[in-house]
Amino acid sequence: MKLTIQVNEGPYQHQSADSAYFFAKAALEKGHEIFRIFFYHDGVNNGTRLTTPPQDDRNIVSRWTELAQEHDIDMVLCVAAAQRRGIVDDGEAERNGKDATNIAPGFRISGLGQLVEGGIQSDRLVVFGD
Amino acid sequence: MSMLHLVNKSPYENNNVSTASSTMRSDDVMLLIEDAVYAAVKGGKASAMLEGHKVSVLGPDLAARGIAEDKLASDVDVIDYAGFVDLVESNDKVQSWL
Amino acid sequence: MSDTKKFLYINRKAPYGTIYAWESLEVVLIGAAFEQDVSLAFMDDGVYQLMKGQDTSAIGMKNFSPTYAALGDYEITKIYVEKESLEERGLTLDDLQHLVWEDEDEDWAEKDSIRLVSRAELGDVMAEQDVLFNF
Repeated sequence: MKLTIQVNEGPYQHQSADSAYFFAKAALEKGHEIFRIFFYHDGVNNGTRLTTPPQDDRNIVSRWTELAQEHDIDMVLCVAAAQRRGIVDDGEAERNGKDATNIAPGFRISGLGQLVEGGIQSDRLVVFGD
Repeated sequence: MSMLHLVNKSPYENNNVSTASSTMRSDDVMLLIEDAVYAAVKGGKASAMLEGHKVSVLGPDLAARGIAEDKLASDVDVIDYAGFVDLVESNDKVQSWL
Repeated sequence: MSDTKKFLYINRKAPYGTIYAWESLEVVLIGAAFEQDVSLAFMDDGVYQLMKGQDTSAIGMKNFSPTYAALGDYEITKIYVEKESLEERGLTLDDLQHLVWEDEDEDWAEKDSIRLVSRAELGDVMAEQDVLFNF
């Protein structure tokens, strides 16, 4: 089964990011393919490398990075949502005159077309949100 | 053609469990995750909404919230994340009631 | 297109109190370019998104409600509004924008985009779809 997963909420505030992560992991363990994980609305906040969660708590951002790198998953932050919420990569910093970047490894910023394409190309779209 | 109805909010917080249960058809399945697992507690007003439907509930979310399986309405199937993946596969599409 | 799918964008939240209504519309607009078989559904508080006469000047937010009127130009002709949701909220179709599309095959005749459906009928519509978007 080819899956696209949509994450609508940021790390820690809602359980969505956690549920999506464990779902993704279970799907991979069963041999399914994840076509894309698309982060929308506050979900783009899963892609900042600047979080410092408490030592005794899970590190949601790193967990995503590790999952993406271990399984070569395409994790996309919606550009419009990322611009609104201040998640920036080199390209965005240059285009919008920002003096810093904060995108976490394993993520890339791209357009909403990536979500729509995910819906077209995948067998299932699973949305985690509020 | 069947649909997996994914609900993640407590039935006492909003109407998602109610709306999902009144929209779902006989072949559909409802999966309760996150705070929606409270709907499966027997004796709660919400558990009546689940009657007559195929309902599964995510075990890890029950355990997190201290809900022992013997407190659940009968006919509710407790599954894990692997079971969640299976439900996505065995139904044609997923409706996340957000 | 060989793999045209039936897409349904479901809206259940009111506008302005949260961003979901606007950001969901942004997906619809971008998605139009992909030429799938698109429908929109408005139910529960989502019906509020279509109310006419929205004036956001005093809350300092962009009034995005004119965008719904443009959906016809994006070839979105099927906009389902759930009857029970309107009734529960004391609304009628008259409180909503009159959304139309122009049918090229009938000399650009203007047709209604909004289809008032019962919850049961909306359930049937949902069952016919391939992909369900929720925000």
